[in-house]
Amino acid sequence: MPFQIFEGKMDRKPLIAMDVVDVNPEEWPEPLKRHFSDVLDNPLAWAKKCINEYQAEAICLSLVSTDPNGLNRDSSEAAKMAAEVINGIDVPTIVWGCGNPDKDTDTLRELTSLIGTKKVCLAPLEDANYRSLGATAMAFQHPMVAASPIDVNLAKQLNILMENLGVNLNTVMIDPSVGALGYGIEYTYSVMERIRMAALSQSDEKLQVPIICNLGREVWKAKECRMASGEDNMGDQETRAIMMEAITASCMMIAGGELLIMRHPKAVNLAKAMVDGLMA
Amino acid sequence: MALTGIQILKMLPKKNCGECKIPTCLAFAMKVAAGQSEIDECPYVSDEAKETIGEASAPPIRTVKLGAGDSSFTSGGETCLYRHEKRFENQTGLAVRVTTAMAASDVDGRIERFKTLQYDRVGVNMKAELIAIQDSDGDGGKFSALVDKVLADAPEANIILMSEDAGNMAAAAKACGDRKPLMFGATEANLDDMVAAAKDADCPLGLKGSNLDNLVGISEKAVAAGLKDMVIDTGARTLRGLFEDNVVARRAAVKSKFKPLGFPTIAFPCEMSDDPMMEAMIASVVMAKYAGIVVLDDLQGEILFPLLLEQLNIFTDPQRPMVVEEDIYTINGPDENSPVLITCNFSLTYFIVSGEIEGCNVPSWLLIKDTEGLSVLTAWAAGKFGADLIAVFMKKAGIEDKVKHRELIIPGYLASMKGELEEELPGWTITIGPREAGHLPAFLKEWKPAA
Repeated sequence: MPFQIFEGKMDRKPLIAMDVVDVNPEEWPEPLKRHFSDVLDNPLAWAKKCINEYQAEAICLSLVSTDPNGLNRDSSEAAKMAAEVINGIDVPTIVWGCGNPDKDTDTLRELTSLIGTKKVCLAPLEDANYRSLGATAMAFQHPMVAASPIDVNLAKQLNILMENLGVNLNTVMIDPSVGALGYGIEYTYSVMERIRMAALSQSDEKLQVPIICNLGREVWKAKECRMASGEDNMGDQETRAIMMEAITASCMMIAGGELLIMRHPKAVNLAKAMVDGLMA
Repeated sequence: MALTGIQILKMLPKKNCGECKIPTCLAFAMKVAAGQSEIDECPYVSDEAKETIGEASAPPIRTVKLGAGDSSFTSGGETCLYRHEKRFENQTGLAVRVTTAMAASDVDGRIERFKTLQYDRVGVNMKAELIAIQDSDGDGGKFSALVDKVLADAPEANIILMSEDAGNMAAAAKACGDRKPLMFGATEANLDDMVAAAKDADCPLGLKGSNLDNLVGISEKAVAAGLKDMVIDTGARTLRGLFEDNVVARRAAVKSKFKPLGFPTIAFPCEMSDDPMMEAMIASVVMAKYAGIVVLDDLQGEILFPLLLEQLNIFTDPQRPMVVEEDIYTINGPDENSPVLITCNFSLTYFIVSGEIEGCNVPSWLLIKDTEGLSVLTAWAAGKFGADLIAVFMKKAGIEDKVKHRELIIPGYLASMKGELEEELPGWTITIGPREAGHLPAFLKEWKPAA
């Protein structure tokens, strides 16, 4: 199990990717926005800032603008912008769609045709679009994220379906659906521990796959990250929100999370310091 | 190892007398094996059998109690390594430390924050439960003065006494009276005196090793001396060391029934980092991985609150969903023209739905119907969220007196219930809301009461 290095090797530290959103995130609370205030309108500059200034080791580009229930930006337009970001940076990158299966298929397919030989991780592949997106990812040899709703068996089932399609599980990460601290983290936590146990002690090959946790977006939705300083005895807003994100990350890593997507630079640093402390 | 029902049956009289209120000895034995009945309820079983069964069914981590009355604190009693295997029994207690080396104002501030930083969530009162009082320099007078102060100023606090001087410790424990403190600080050097003091005061003793092996040695001696209630510290003060020792200790106790480590552990992030945020990260790791008590240097709302959320979440019983109370909840200050929504009382649903409504700033009435913690669809399938029940609840809750309009927004997943509800609620228009809470803000912003 994670960090139990007294009895087995843990070859890689968990990797933390910083979240970059493809449209100015008006709804982000000020204590988060202020760290990106000069780049919120420019995803490429934003990604570069994360890498150069905040030492991000990976980037997640979230295509929220494509959501049909939101801005509904055209797939080809969004893909073009995403390709510019991807071609402009040189760290591992995940491209995370809006969660609408059809729209994500369109956008991500379009994207793969624009980025040449550069490899990015495509996300999320769900029950509804794993065939089309899985085929695209395979054809262009991109890794991918298989997303299923908080359940060991559903995660396994999707991996089996992907394998039947011809996908090599070496190129897949599981997104078990993440709940933030105070918002169902206990379900995610136990499902992740069970996935890990099945993979390690029951040698379930279908679950021997890294786990990715897109937690920043969940945490920063929470009321507790939005409440002003001093409200309800909860102290300083920014510190509180950072701790909400960092502790969510801590729980996810303890339960088996290997790739975390986070937002606040200080929360990222705390999570990295924790990893260093556990692996010192 | 716990005994099976059949093994227990062999030790029973097999009279099927029913005096234990269960008709047959076999049924009774099965209940004892499942932990649903106590062996003492059988009037005929031998003392020897009682002891065997009692010992076999005791949890591998000893249950240790501190304090007295309503504000007492229980630690240990754990039976598993992963919460999904059964549940974690007793949540990690959070403690704040005051020392005799601190300025009076620092002590006062900590006690004040200990008392005021409390939060209510899903009917649970979340707070730090313990104050650790440290004898920094062996000055017995200063130590007992500080103990007296904490006892007087924080009447609800459970107490951890920290001293390596058995004399100081004995005096302080006496001052605590019924408020059973944890007497922390038995080391190899002072073990005999500390054991005597703990026996005398009838309080749990904290054992502090210099490493895991050393701790096992101390623990074995304390057990041999007849002590039962203990809390252990391997002395590890690095995150990696602490994590490892906690995992090894829990596993040895639970899997191998290794008695010397079968006690709750205490961790001291306050001695491991000067940065309160890093200190909280350490606390976060060891809360998930097995610390019985975590001692912090100070309490601040912005850091304590997230830690308490972790405590609440990790120690929730996985077999029993958290619920919120059936009621009308007001969000963003609704008036008689505000929308009325209804959903189930599964706490996660409540938090997500109320969070989305709050986030979009539309004043709303949110009706929470008791569905025994089931989610919307499951509750409907189980007959706990039917149209008739909703109608009864709406009348009882009195929503009709609160709004002028007569329109109810129901979860999108219950669209098929619209007709039925309209029959049960004459005069009401039933509107089908979105399926996902995430789409509520857009929905509510557009919403106008039906004409």
